[in-house]
Amino acid sequence: MIHQYQNNGYNIVLDVVSGAVHVVDELCYDVIAALSGGVKEPAAAELRDPEVLEELVQKLGGSYGEDDIKDALADVTELTEAGQLFVEDTYESMISEVKKCKTVVKALCLHIAHDCNLACRYCFAEEGEYHGRRAMMSFEVGKKALDFLIANSGSRRNLEVDFFGGEPLMNWQVVKDLVAYGRQQEKLHDKHFRFTVTTNGVLLNDEIQEFINQEMDNVVLSLDGRREVNDHMRPFRNGKGSYDLIVPKFQKLADSRNQEKYYIRGTFTRENLDFSEDILHFADLGFTQMSIEPVVGDASDPYAIREEDLPKIMEEYDKLARVMIQREKEGKGFQFFHFMIDLDGGPCVAKRLSGCGSGTEYLAVTPWGDLYPCHQFVGQEEFLMGNVEDGIIKPEIADDFRSCNVYSKEKCRDCFAKFYCSGGCMANAYHFHGTIHDTYDIGCKMQRKRVECAIMIKAALAE
Amino acid sequence: MKHVKTLNTQTMNNSLKKGGCGECQTSCQSACKTSCTVGNQTCEQKK
Repeated sequence: MIHQYQNNGYNIVLDVVSGAVHVVDELCYDVIAALSGGVKEPAAAELRDPEVLEELVQKLGGSYGEDDIKDALADVTELTEAGQLFVEDTYESMISEVKKCKTVVKALCLHIAHDCNLACRYCFAEEGEYHGRRAMMSFEVGKKALDFLIANSGSRRNLEVDFFGGEPLMNWQVVKDLVAYGRQQEKLHDKHFRFTVTTNGVLLNDEIQEFINQEMDNVVLSLDGRREVNDHMRPFRNGKGSYDLIVPKFQKLADSRNQEKYYIRGTFTRENLDFSEDILHFADLGFTQMSIEPVVGDASDPYAIREEDLPKIMEEYDKLARVMIQREKEGKGFQFFHFMIDLDGGPCVAKRLSGCGSGTEYLAVTPWGDLYPCHQFVGQEEFLMGNVEDGIIKPEIADDFRSCNVYSKEKCRDCFAKFYCSGGCMANAYHFHGTIHDTYDIGCKMQRKRVECAIMIKAALAE
Repeated sequence: MKHVKTLNTQTMNNSLKKGGCGECQTSCQSACKTSCTVGNQTCEQKK
């Protein structure tokens, strides 16, 4: 399967199965389009058939000379013979291997607090209210969660624990105690914990900053962008904006980490479809590691993203990509999470087939120790998988999540982004379709655009 | 090649030989709880 597209003046051809990316001239772009237009993509052996060249000359002879077409075809043939173009998809047979694997848990999202000191309008937990059932995770429950992780991690050495919420800084002592416990357990069991924390920054101070820098591999700092955008969606409970309090703290923290191993992370909604401006605002504030992600909500929410918003969103991704290239060349570059891509050292096929790992290798833990596939499923009883005391008591839920992959979903099978997206977010699929075995279509369109932009940036910077 | 510039030399089929150790980061990283981004990861083995 190949995917070819033009963006910002580049003609790009992606061979989906091998992951090879080729930047080609107009002629070669048209030759590849003509060759792949049939029912089946050509095999290497077929390309040397004189009829192939004849047909190409017939189709493209009006625009290009025969010698040039022959030349381009020779390049295409060489790539195909080298296994870098028109590669057949043979990974599906690996799915049965993946399904056979026993669940090995390697990452937990600990809901340290089901409470929050902000009232963000799009919050998955009802503006931080948690349906009235506020709670803090005790050290005892957290300890059991870490013990559960270690006990179920098999031979995996790298384990991840994300301190999440609600707002984890509201229960900071427990975070510190769990990190200390984790460090002690690492030595006993030959494990390595990667701790991360997500925070709205309200309670950030020097002491907490120092601890974060010492112990957290990454920290996610929540901010939506420009002041008016942020304060409209992320107010305090009294309605006042949070931007002015939080921004200086975030700037200080980011600098103290030498502008790395953090993300300033925002959510964009229908109310700020021009989100590239928010990213540039982050850059103006001095941040270099950023992410802005589309809100997830009910179609009935006024701020939810709709199909008709997509053209504007696509324009914004394109614009952002162009600006990033420009800034990179000026020595003022920054990272945008969704445009990060490693064309050479990316994850292996096994990883790409297993997707995000929710419900199998990645679980969320509530303050009272219940296990869910991820934070988006917390509170939905049908997804309750067990608890840190008894472990997984409904392995069938894990089986269901494990069975969900890019070959089991029709829409993913034919999608060029399948090995970058790996099937997307199952919570989104459930939210919009009532089943994890489907995909959130608006999300898919944005994801495909992001992959195209990410690859285009690589092409531009390789010049 | 006159008409093509290939950006990457390592391809996914190569990873069939040595992949599958499972040590890489869970891909729903902290930065994006609502977005799966396997695509932006790096293989841990190569670090």
